Amino acid sequence: MNLKKILKISALSLSVATAMAAQAGDTIKVGVLHSLSGSMAISETTLKDTVLMMVEEQNKKGGLLGKELEAVVVDPASNWPMFAEKARELLTTEEVDVIFGSWTSVSRKSALPVLEELNGLMFYPVQYEGEESSKNIFYTGAAPNQQAIPAVDYLMDELEVERWVLAGTDYVYPRTTNKILKAYLKSKGVADKDIMVNYTPFSHSDWQSIVSDVKKFGSEGKKTAVVSTINGDANVPFYKELSNQGVTSETIPVIAFSVGEEELSGIDTGPLVGHMAAWNYFQSVETDANEAFVENWKSFIKSDERVTNDPMEATYIGFQMWAQAVVDAGTTDVDAVEKAMIGQEVKNLTGGTAVMNKNHHLSKPVLIGEIQEDGQFEVVFETDGVVPGDAWSDYLPGSMDMIADWTSPVECGNYNTKTKSCGSK
Amino acid sequence: MMAVGCLFLLLLGSGGAKANSASVSTELSKDVEINSSVPVDVTERTSAEALLEQLTHTKLSKAAALLEQLEQSGDVRVRAVFQTMLDGALYYQRDNRQLLAVRKGEDKSLNASDVFSGESLGVVAKKSVKKIRVNNRLRVYLRGALSRLALNADSADDRNIAVMSMLDKLSADNVAALQALDERETNHEVKVSIALALAMNTLATSSDRDQRLAAIEVMDGRLEAPVKNQLRALVDSAVVDGSIVNSSLDTQVIAAAQKALQNIDGKVTAYGYVEQLFFGLSLGSVLLLAAIGLAITFGVMGVINMAHGEMIMIGAYATFVVQQLMPNFLEYSIWVAIPAAFLTAGLVGVLIERCVIRYLHGRPLETLLATFGISLILQQAVRTIFSPLNQTVVTPEWMSGSLEINAVLSITYSRIYIFIFALIVFAALQLVMKKTSLGLQVRAVSQNRSMAKSMGIHTDRVDALTFGLGSGIAGIAGVALSQITNVGPNLGQAYIIDSFMVVVFGGVGNLLGTLFAGFSLGIANKFLEPATGAVLANIIVLIFIILFMQKRPKGLFPQKGRAAE
Repeated sequence: MNLKKILKISALSLSVATAMAAQAGDTIKVGVLHSLSGSMAISETTLKDTVLMMVEEQNKKGGLLGKELEAVVVDPASNWPMFAEKARELLTTEEVDVIFGSWTSVSRKSALPVLEELNGLMFYPVQYEGEESSKNIFYTGAAPNQQAIPAVDYLMDELEVERWVLAGTDYVYPRTTNKILKAYLKSKGVADKDIMVNYTPFSHSDWQSIVSDVKKFGSEGKKTAVVSTINGDANVPFYKELSNQGVTSETIPVIAFSVGEEELSGIDTGPLVGHMAAWNYFQSVETDANEAFVENWKSFIKSDERVTNDPMEATYIGFQMWAQAVVDAGTTDVDAVEKAMIGQEVKNLTGGTAVMNKNHHLSKPVLIGEIQEDGQFEVVFETDGVVPGDAWSDYLPGSMDMIADWTSPVECGNYNTKTKSCGSK
Repeated sequence: MMAVGCLFLLLLGSGGAKANSASVSTELSKDVEINSSVPVDVTERTSAEALLEQLTHTKLSKAAALLEQLEQSGDVRVRAVFQTMLDGALYYQRDNRQLLAVRKGEDKSLNASDVFSGESLGVVAKKSVKKIRVNNRLRVYLRGALSRLALNADSADDRNIAVMSMLDKLSADNVAALQALDERETNHEVKVSIALALAMNTLATSSDRDQRLAAIEVMDGRLEAPVKNQLRALVDSAVVDGSIVNSSLDTQVIAAAQKALQNIDGKVTAYGYVEQLFFGLSLGSVLLLAAIGLAITFGVMGVINMAHGEMIMIGAYATFVVQQLMPNFLEYSIWVAIPAAFLTAGLVGVLIERCVIRYLHGRPLETLLATFGISLILQQAVRTIFSPLNQTVVTPEWMSGSLEINAVLSITYSRIYIFIFALIVFAALQLVMKKTSLGLQVRAVSQNRSMAKSMGIHTDRVDALTFGLGSGIAGIAGVALSQITNVGPNLGQAYIIDSFMVVVFGGVGNLLGTLFAGFSLGIANKFLEPATGAVLANIIVLIFIILFMQKRPKGLFPQKGRAAE
């Protein structure tokens, strides 16, 4: 095969590609990259449905820029490398204009190089450990300073907690969050011996010894609380063991960052009443916007039993912001939309306004809720105003001096304010 | 407007007084007598009313101080308000700020009743009332306040709990209340508890050596956390590196405290071992239950059944379905669920054997792949039929909670029942295998298929029944697991590796080996866990098994004789 032939073929395929692109121009394509099978399907299926609901609503309002929206759903099957493959498929074969997707950090990290390589645009709707900011991703979930730190503050100030159990599943989110929390607690004068850190494998089911240890740790006279970054499936046996061993929210309260309405719908919540969770959204918040959202969701999913949760609101905010940014930019071109996104405002479902900051993270209010008998949360604390999301933690030695700012002149996701350079820690 | 409010509150007050005489609320009547003997002057009464009114527009963060004032007001109605508030049922009417007890009915309607008299006020609209919010801190306070009030309860157990709850809150008021109770108390157990509390108080406040020594003697050997903490604080204040340095304290008292503390620590450690042993047995029984079905299908029949975990999952879902079908008899649903799970899982097992496995005899690799495929199909089927979300399986009342042996050792009921249940299932299975003709045929076929066939045994039928039996037992395991873990599509995945580990470790084809392996792995895991953490404990156990299998490839109890080949 000579050089000419190769050139010819590539030119041909290029023209085919542009033709296809022109054809696709009739609709705006919205990619959905959430697992519909495998272990994460439990959480991610809901988010896929949320995006579909948002697309349907937007189309009822006449679409965007005079075009219909079309959702393209793929299933990365809870398989991390598959997120990269499917992201590539969405961007090259399907040529979507935006992607809503990912749940676990490892799946986001797997899709990230593809997004940067092909200049795609993704909205990531789940609370995560921070320490990242990409030009091609907007993070609409909470960063640690929008969830973990206010939660610890609440326990310290309101419940006068002095001893801390940091319990988590053994992977990147709990480990980083606990590292940040430990540094934060120490900066508040908590001694090393008053902090107990514990990690367990995914889907850990035998919690007897750990709960017994927590009980012993909490019986030494100081008010003790558990800060839980335990993920998904492991929560049910954990809470069951707590209540069986007589640990109640009054003796040792547990505050969780990964337990929301959806997770509680699989648990008998009677014994959990009073344990807490920190989020930016609760279904029980009584605002008109939220009641309408819950109503819409129930009729869309055709079930009265289904609940709404924080990542759903994050998806909602992300989608609304993207739609507004597309209108402002007058195009779905990634670079133009990315510029138009910064500064976008959307009303939160719980009241107040969410703002997209220069570091691609949101400013949102932080709520702390206590679990009720019906599986809902009752808000017991709310920050005054919104908290801006911090991409790089102020409490970790490596990232204290880092900021992310995607506006000129910095235009960098990991800018070191001391060395005034981009890309080095 | 204000005048109307005051008038209303007066009415409210008279309502409360009526409740005393009529003793409509039994809870209320207990302390009413004591409190009514204390004359309540008029100013105090109105202040309590003002406080109650304030409760309806106080911020959550300021409510604690208000509740304290309420408790100190000595008003007889406080108890009822506190109890209602603790239950999360205290509401007020938006228009006139009247306090109400509101409880949700079956059909989600809100039934209001008078806080003090319990008299029903009918159904109220959701928008017309507002809940008085309670958070954790308030709940702790309310429970404490109620238990202080419960010092005068009728039941000796309640009084004992009240005394115990005061051990770490020995304020002058509480001590006076305890001394008063001590004088009229007749129950021995309560007396002992009061003596302990008073001894703790003496040690903290008295400076007389003999009194303090006597107090330490009372405290010696008690396992309650406040006792230990007080002794430790005393010792820590005076002892550095094993020698007494703070000479301002009485050395004799310190030495006695040190000895008492050692005594207590010794006991706590000993009970700690007992607890770990129980945890190990309990984990072992879960492993045994999960593995015992596999011991039949893999151990006896030699089928590498990767779908075994899904049989457990089917059993758990059967429990869920049974509970859905009999929502009013949840306490008994388990007894229906056990046979239901056995039959469903068994039936699925027979189907799998008839449709797939019988065509793959003697081809272990293909069997492995085929059953792995089946396991994925079953998981996805459950996702489609039920939903990818976990399902709620309610734990019956009699399986919740724990058996408290003493202050540091308590054993959860669900674990006890699962332990007993595992042993019963094991015994029943042994019986089937050793004493019935089916068991005989199963053993015959597994030892020498062609010989058994020529003796007139329907090997096909025996294969199907054996596989069904193994699967059915896995289904029963699912019923037990549904009580302690998630019921979701991934349930089986969590147990398949452990099951194979137990069967291989115990020796393939040997039920007793499975029993032994399950318990020894459980106990080893639980004794390692406190030292190494859960993640490392798992890894160490796995490494141990790998090394063990190098030395003894046939497991703990290998098959012997001609049948082993």
